[in-house]
Amino acid sequence: MTDIDSRIDEDLDRRDSAPGEERITEHEPVGGLPGYLLGFGLAILLTIASFLAAQTGLIYQPAVISALVVLAIAQMGVHLVFFLHLTTGSDNTNNVLALAFGVLIVALVVLGSIWIMGHLNQNMAPMSAHQAEMLP
Amino acid sequence: MSDATGAFSSDIAAGSATSDAYRPGHGHGNAHGWATGHGQGGPASKFVTVAYGFWIFLLSDIIMFSAFFAAYAVLAKATAGGPTGKELFDLTRVAVQTGLLLTSSFTGGLATLATQRRSMAGTQFWLLVTGLLGAAFLFLEVQEFAAMAAEQAGPSRSAFLSAFFALVGCHGTHVGLGLLWLGTMMAQLWVKGFRPEILRRLHCFGLFWHALDIIWVAIFTLVYLLGASS
Repeated sequence: MTDIDSRIDEDLDRRDSAPGEERITEHEPVGGLPGYLLGFGLAILLTIASFLAAQTGLIYQPAVISALVVLAIAQMGVHLVFFLHLTTGSDNTNNVLALAFGVLIVALVVLGSIWIMGHLNQNMAPMSAHQAEMLP
Repeated sequence: MSDATGAFSSDIAAGSATSDAYRPGHGHGNAHGWATGHGQGGPASKFVTVAYGFWIFLLSDIIMFSAFFAAYAVLAKATAGGPTGKELFDLTRVAVQTGLLLTSSFTGGLATLATQRRSMAGTQFWLLVTGLLGAAFLFLEVQEFAAMAAEQAGPSRSAFLSAFFALVGCHGTHVGLGLLWLGTMMAQLWVKGFRPEILRRLHCFGLFWHALDIIWVAIFTLVYLLGASS
């Protein structure tokens, strides 16, 4: 870095933080090495819970899908907080808003597709293989 | 290499006293009332803008994945009389893959911590561990794809398998490209040291690697566990 760069650097906003950068959480339990260890431990526990929910009869079978979705969302939250250091602090507002917009689009694409395609399947008349071949 | 230690620490601003965004006890609108994101503190540093731009890229990448997830969810039952997920998926392999990728995300975090300490040996070591774990993950995935193709369950067998190979293969491609990036970063760091642009690239790589693990969480839950249990 040259002298000019460092002089310009003086005028920069030092309160903004980049996505994944630790600032205000640095000296709290979720910061530094303890934060990574805690996040790693929680992620392992949630992974084991997911495999148990799917593989054993612990959970009533029709509810397994809900349990898996909840555990997956929880694990994504653990990754975002402990590995990507997303916080609710004012230095992170931009990052959180971008994430919220991304989640909105993902939800629209996935849930919308499942919803619409489910209805299309239901409205289709049952068809034999022979009839399907006759289609244009 | 290590003579650069601390010289550019302003890029990450570790322990900087001015970085407390909350400033408890200070009201609004007074002389102390700096508000981040309102432009009063001056423009954001290049480190912040680069990482923010990369964050936007990652979110758009996740939106692209959401289209593959939607296609898979719609086509998961369209097996065309071919093998179902329950018959094909080997959950032991998936558990090992999950452990490998999760651990590599964790060691990637340790590399970030070593970078903040400006420890060349530590950063290179943890990046290497991260890369080896990622390569082992990719090896298991390629092995799985090859085994499925050998059982006449390749991507052309049914709509379900097309969607499966597209989704999981897209994630595997990302891991492969991430490994190439990782190797490049290790070489650049070794040659150039902890320069500001290298720090920015290392930070972006860290974001990328953690995001890949988040996508894998969705894949092992929605594709493998759900496919094998229903």
